[in-house]
Amino acid sequence: MLSEKHNEKEAEGAVRELTYAEALREAMRQAMEKDDSIFLIGEDIGVYGGAFGVTAGLVDEFGPERVRDTPISEAAIAGSCIGAALTGMRPIGEIQFMDFITLSMEQLVLQAAKLRFMFGGKAKVPFVLRTPGGSGTGAAAQHSETLENWFVHVPGLKVVMPSNAYDAKGLLLSAIYDDNPVIFVEHKLLYKTKAHVPEEMYQIPLSQSHVAREGRDLTVVATSVMVQRALQAAEQLSEEGIEIEVVDPRTLSPLDDRPIIESVIKTGKALVVHEAPTTGGYGGEIVARIAASEAFDYLDAPIRRLAGLDIPIPYNRTLEYHTVPQVENIVEEARKLVRGEY
Amino acid sequence: MSEAIQSITPDRARELLAAIGHEKAREMLETMYLIRAFEEKAEELYALGKVHGTMHLSIGQEGSATGASNAVRSGYDYLLNHHRGHGHCIAWGGNVNFMMAEFLGKETGYCRGRGGSMHIADVERNNLGANGIVGGGIPIAVGVGLSIHLRQTDQVCLVIFGDGAANEGAFHESLNMASIWNLPIIYMCENNQYAMSMSVKRAFKVEHISERACAYNIPGVTVDGNDLLAVYEAISEAAERARAGEGPTLVESVTYRWRGHSKSDRQLYRTREEVKEWQARDPIPRYANRLIEAGIITQEDVQAIHDEAYQRIEDAVEFAENSPEPDVSTIMDGVYA
Repeated sequence: MLSEKHNEKEAEGAVRELTYAEALREAMRQAMEKDDSIFLIGEDIGVYGGAFGVTAGLVDEFGPERVRDTPISEAAIAGSCIGAALTGMRPIGEIQFMDFITLSMEQLVLQAAKLRFMFGGKAKVPFVLRTPGGSGTGAAAQHSETLENWFVHVPGLKVVMPSNAYDAKGLLLSAIYDDNPVIFVEHKLLYKTKAHVPEEMYQIPLSQSHVAREGRDLTVVATSVMVQRALQAAEQLSEEGIEIEVVDPRTLSPLDDRPIIESVIKTGKALVVHEAPTTGGYGGEIVARIAASEAFDYLDAPIRRLAGLDIPIPYNRTLEYHTVPQVENIVEEARKLVRGEY
Repeated sequence: MSEAIQSITPDRARELLAAIGHEKAREMLETMYLIRAFEEKAEELYALGKVHGTMHLSIGQEGSATGASNAVRSGYDYLLNHHRGHGHCIAWGGNVNFMMAEFLGKETGYCRGRGGSMHIADVERNNLGANGIVGGGIPIAVGVGLSIHLRQTDQVCLVIFGDGAANEGAFHESLNMASIWNLPIIYMCENNQYAMSMSVKRAFKVEHISERACAYNIPGVTVDGNDLLAVYEAISEAAERARAGEGPTLVESVTYRWRGHSKSDRQLYRTREEVKEWQARDPIPRYANRLIEAGIITQEDVQAIHDEAYQRIEDAVEFAENSPEPDVSTIMDGVYA
């Protein structure tokens, strides 16, 4: 188990830490070194290094053929991934901000997701489309979207949202080697966060939810940056004697819901936390999975959602802050649930 | 027709036919009749209520499909085509049994009955499929071209789309990318005069769609799409350029669909006279006459080729009708690899 190895290394004081962005870069570099069919394509990913620096330096190592800067053409970036994937390559596309994926929607939803099925299972479309989502950078409504649930709703696509650097590398490697189109949603606020990241090419299987912290009182299902906030909330709550269990789906679709259901059976209470607007968000799916499962019989409180307000992301710092769940909101909501206030 | 539309002189036709060879020249006539027969049978089956979905018939456009596919190496090169795609699949060497089975939604169809008329693909032979979205295959072509470039093969990608698709934004993104990277792509716009009901006269300010090639600094040529040899010649030249690393070409094949857009079309946007005028330019007898003039076949051969094509389609219908429906237990197959 890698987590055990992690602990051993920590004990030896030899922990290798990378940021989330570095972990992603290392995954791509290692995969590209081994496999010529892998190439990168996107806007400003070459000399510029990507808008958030994730691909920095890779053009020096692999050249502009395999780290390919494109014009601002999101539909053709997606189409490039699809066409290359159909003909034996494993492209990794980058959409500079998740907001701009709206300009790729036809190719992703009507082509990438459906070709294999429409062709009777006789084609495969193995590519990864990386894209940073999320607010918190003051970029306002057109550069802060969290649109993962649009893709969750499209059979044929896989949707992955790593919440830390260790997962980022392992999930990206799995996504690269997966034979399906994978929408890989990164988070801008996580790029500089650090974690232990082994140098070896480890994979974290897709569709395997992960219990990020164990606890007896409440199950918190969180995605992306909200996993970090939930873990911080857990520390505070622990001081009050409240132990929350944090479950990170990691792959939103296809979802491995067993760890969530089993956790709720254990705790009897559930809170779902995500950044995207509440209405129509991923939380609804999690709530439905819990409510429709045997965990229903174990519930002793309503299943709650704590998610973004149903508004576009505002520019003003304070307004932006109050648009999406913060640590204190999770703490407060968890307290109410555990104390039976709902 | 405008003078800017390239046609083939009788002398040039003889030269081309000599280069093509008699056997292949004859096969192309067989292909055109096979497409015509397939389309007519499709229409008949629809009228008999045997078809679950809709369809888009390419009657009148057989010369365009056949000339284009034969100018590249089908099965080795790549094809992406559009919703009016039966003819392209046949011209690419598709098996009409599997096509008819797909049309009737059968398990033995190319797509196991999951795709239907609009999505027929023959992936094993590098036919990456017809597409139900106008212009949907155009961005994908960039990826195919890029893949050929990165794998360093001498393949080309033939992407066929309609006049309507040339007004989608993706057309611009794709042609620009292919041109800046010199990708081996042949963009063939089958201008059949109408995007559903929208006439090209109303939808374009340019007289010829190929004029748009200048925006990408690539060659653009407009040919008589009802003259198989004109299409063959233009696509051959484009393929040579592509293989030589000289990048993409935009070929506009001017043609006409005899039937409505789909089965719901009452054709209120065009006159019977216009349709008749185009029917007089039927690509099949035009090409057959060229073969007769060149002494490759006789009038009797034409009849025999016609009859054989229609018989093959009868056999395809028999194959399809005797084929099983997909089993409901397999409904989830193919969503994920």
